[in-house]
Amino acid sequence: MNEVLIPLWAQAVVGALVIIGALITLLGSLGLLRLKSYFERVHSPSIIATLGCWCIMHATVLFFSVMEQRLALHALLIAVFISVTVPITTIFLMRAALFRARRTGQNVPPAVSRVVSSDPADNVENRY
Amino acid sequence: MSPYFVWALSLALFLLIAAMACALFRLLKGPAAQDRVLALDCMYTIGMLTMLVLGIMYSSTDYFEAALLIALFGCISSTAMAKFLLRGEVIE
Repeated sequence: MNEVLIPLWAQAVVGALVIIGALITLLGSLGLLRLKSYFERVHSPSIIATLGCWCIMHATVLFFSVMEQRLALHALLIAVFISVTVPITTIFLMRAALFRARRTGQNVPPAVSRVVSSDPADNVENRY
Repeated sequence: MSPYFVWALSLALFLLIAAMACALFRLLKGPAAQDRVLALDCMYTIGMLTMLVLGIMYSSTDYFEAALLIALFGCISSTAMAKFLLRGEVIE
């Protein structure tokens, strides 16, 4: 470990933010482990990508800004990227799970696209 | 560095490893394939957060690039696997 000196208040804030972020991450991961059905479980890791990621990102921004005596916003890039991409992945996974649940005949809501679409090419059975 | 700061970072790393162990258990257990993909996606995010905490711990910005790459590839691989579950192939 390098001996980099940052003020005590910055150490306190960075330490608190990192521990809060890690606790929230553990919470989301426990939800992934404990919840019963897949459609409940798919919501649980979102708290990691939002609150946990933002807490640790703020700790990183504060630490490197104080250490290098300039505004170090590079960690913001990761948080913005995560907050853009994680909903897309989650929606894709939910659609895949719904599609597979319909295929196996489980009790899930029917596909909407069959009802809404007037195009005969869209009237494929079990379209997601 | 105050010893409490190092202690806080070590505790955070331990909590992140515990979170990753939970996700790993879901990855190994998961009844369906989408559970495993979701757990892997979760593990990617936790690994990225671990990289950021390690970067604070060793006062180095080198970990930032690794975290960015993990975020990038995690998103792409999860989307590709979701597409595979949906259609049975990745690129049509």
